[in-house]
Amino acid sequence: MQSQAKRELLALYEEPDQAADAVERLHSAGFDDNDIEILSSTPYPEGAFGEGHTKHRLFAFPFAGAACGMAVGIAWIVGAQVSLPIITGGKPIVAVPAIIQILYEGTLLGAVLFTVLGVLFESRLPDGVGLYDDRISEGYIGISVMARERRLPDAQIALEEASPIDLLSKEGSLMHAPGTT
Amino acid sequence: MQEPVIADTKTSNRELLDFVFAWPAWFFAVGGALNGLLVAAFVVVILMLMFGLQFLGYSHPVYWGFLIVNFVFWIGVSHAGIMVSAILRLTQAEWRRPVTRAAEVLTIFSLLTAVQFPLIHSGRPWRTMYWTFPYDWNRGAWPNPRSPLVWDPSAIFTYLTSTILFVYVALLPDLALARDRAPNPVSRAIYGVLAMGFRGTTRQWRIQTVAGLLLSAIILPIFVSVHSIVSWDFAVTSVPGWHNTIFAPYFVIGAVHSGVSAVVTVMIVMRYAFGLKRFITRDHIDSLARLLIVVATVWLFFFLLDFFFGLYGTEPAEVDTWQRRLVEPPWVVIAITFIICAYIIPVPMWMFRAIRRNFFWMFVTTILVNVGMWLERYMVVVPALERKSGLTFTYGDYAPSLSEFILVAASFALVILGFLTFSKLLPIMPAADIKEGQILADRIRVGRANVPAAMRE
Repeated sequence: MQSQAKRELLALYEEPDQAADAVERLHSAGFDDNDIEILSSTPYPEGAFGEGHTKHRLFAFPFAGAACGMAVGIAWIVGAQVSLPIITGGKPIVAVPAIIQILYEGTLLGAVLFTVLGVLFESRLPDGVGLYDDRISEGYIGISVMARERRLPDAQIALEEASPIDLLSKEGSLMHAPGTT
Repeated sequence: MQEPVIADTKTSNRELLDFVFAWPAWFFAVGGALNGLLVAAFVVVILMLMFGLQFLGYSHPVYWGFLIVNFVFWIGVSHAGIMVSAILRLTQAEWRRPVTRAAEVLTIFSLLTAVQFPLIHSGRPWRTMYWTFPYDWNRGAWPNPRSPLVWDPSAIFTYLTSTILFVYVALLPDLALARDRAPNPVSRAIYGVLAMGFRGTTRQWRIQTVAGLLLSAIILPIFVSVHSIVSWDFAVTSVPGWHNTIFAPYFVIGAVHSGVSAVVTVMIVMRYAFGLKRFITRDHIDSLARLLIVVATVWLFFFLLDFFFGLYGTEPAEVDTWQRRLVEPPWVVIAITFIICAYIIPVPMWMFRAIRRNFFWMFVTTILVNVGMWLERYMVVVPALERKSGLTFTYGDYAPSLSEFILVAASFALVILGFLTFSKLLPIMPAADIKEGQILADRIRVGRANVPAAMRE
């Protein structure tokens, strides 16, 4: 009985058209965008390879961060003044014009910190599990597909039909290994 | 205008990473000389800690001299970096690609250098901790949030943290590139850890694009706030000549003027020192020079407003300060020099396309701007303090000491060394961004003209 665990294949293409062709063939073979990853050393316009729109929630992070930053700013600056009141001729202990700078900086710092956390979260970083090949940074485009063992031959055929320069699995190159097609 | 850089991926990678993986002899020579200056400055600081601020020549009533001038100057230089980068990203200007990283890195090292000066100037740097942070729980020693001593560190800390994170996020693809192309396993492992497994998936690129826009939009208000707060270091005191309500925008636009000029200077040096002639072209320098004409003119407008407001207020102390600045020697010489250097020479020259596209003249004029802007800060700070003190009737003369000159020279050394070290360890140009520009570059035919076109999202 064959294993139901998913395995990854990575094909490298020289031209974007070949990569787009591979994605199209994978779609035709029944693989959806969740199974397919397109790897490149350059940001291509969204949809260049026929992939779907990338959904993300990065826009929410700065707002959450700004709210947290402002809350921390208020706690810090108001807490400091209330803990050691400096009496200045009947003026308020916590004066808004004096603390607004701190709140402003706290709010924006919170927004930046959360945005960066959001970038890592939404980019799925750190990531050390996916197949990768150094040649991608030389301009080759990698198409990676996750398939169950029984669907692996379909994925391999779809990738090979688009004329890759190499086809890799976790064990190594499938194109140059003896006994493979 | 804005001809795209055309090179295949392998050539781009090689040229952009060339300096990162090479060890030219001049790097050690320059690094050694710069370190020598830093050692001299370190000795000066140690002596100052031992003998007090009078070792630097400070006495009543002029306690703010070269150190605070230098602080304001480097904060100013730090501004343009992120401004150029953020505005160009937000407007998706095609020519931003080779410019952004260098501008951001210049921001980081200028800012790191700037913060050294108030610390040194405090005379007892360790005490700044409890002036700034509410840490001394046992004795109840809290900072006074009504003081710029708290506002300033909070703004600078926010700006520095944001800029470092902004650079790091944009660096992720280039760290992955360096990981892939590193010549030995050790550097490969280090770049690998820093790249956090970035593989260049569609999702990661999409997030990179959105993050660049989001962080730019957040950092711009921080950038405006930092120099505004630096101006309030002056404006909230009772010293005549520092009161003007336009001080904040005047400082901000002055910062942009000196900072954009510094970006141009740095780019021209990079072009030759790092062999980036293909990537830093006359188009880039031309575009920045056009921006500089606008910035310089707005800066001059604010300078004149500061002068007229001081004069029309007819407050004797204020008028006296302006008289000292613009009429009495040696300040009149400094005033004339700074106006000539910061505006009268460079701006008319930048009106000519041949000058804007000439690396030598752009290098000279942008250096002149920064000489002028340093003198402008000197003129803002010192003459205002030198006037007669109302209570003690003491006049103070200020003459910079050799120690201060060493500290100023060392500040330049620190920024250059920081920039050089960064460029040695990490790609100083955003390789992915540049390669994206090549992919999107195209030429279209309009009538009989064949012009460059760029596709954008």
